[in-house]
Amino acid sequence: MKKLRKYETLFVIHPDRVEEKEAVLEKLSEIIQNDGGEVLRTDEWGLRKLAYPIEKKKQGYYILMEFAAPAETPAKLEQYYRIDERVIRFIVVKLEEKYEPESLAA
Amino acid sequence: MANETQSAVRRRRFYPRRKICRFCADPNLKIDYKEPEILKAFITERGKIIPRRQTGTCAKHQRQLTTAIKRARIMALLPFIATLDEEELARQGG
Repeated sequence: MKKLRKYETLFVIHPDRVEEKEAVLEKLSEIIQNDGGEVLRTDEWGLRKLAYPIEKKKQGYYILMEFAAPAETPAKLEQYYRIDERVIRFIVVKLEEKYEPESLAA
Repeated sequence: MANETQSAVRRRRFYPRRKICRFCADPNLKIDYKEPEILKAFITERGKIIPRRQTGTCAKHQRQLTTAIKRARIMALLPFIATLDEEELARQGG
């Protein structure tokens, strides 16, 4: 078993294509699970006002996802984000160096 | 000793009160790029990061703050630049 790390990713869906958010979520969890990772939590912030216009849009649909995955996964996610035009902004942040499923009880 | 330093402080005219780091004072206050409302206190109305000589933030937390603000900017949670009059900009842009 590969060592898992805990990450979170926040991304913004194009406001005109919010209906397709499930497809994006599915693709993301597919990438994570293919590497032996696991999606821990998804939190949809919903449609929010952007601090500055992106692609001439003033709003965006924010989704936050926490996951555990090996170190090579974030690069794959970023590669996917760049290709998918439904995603207008994204960030992947490492939360913990080591992910222990047992520590959930704490 | 305490009296001495206090009177020294009073003699110098515009001696500012030593500010303390808000994040050291309140351990529950977390620096997080996902919380633009907290970060807003540390940027000017133009969107610039306020230096720690003005806010009193300690070096450690100022470092965390700058990364958090920059991340928030990337995610369009905070502006890179803001105008003082947002409506005027909208009129020009529209």
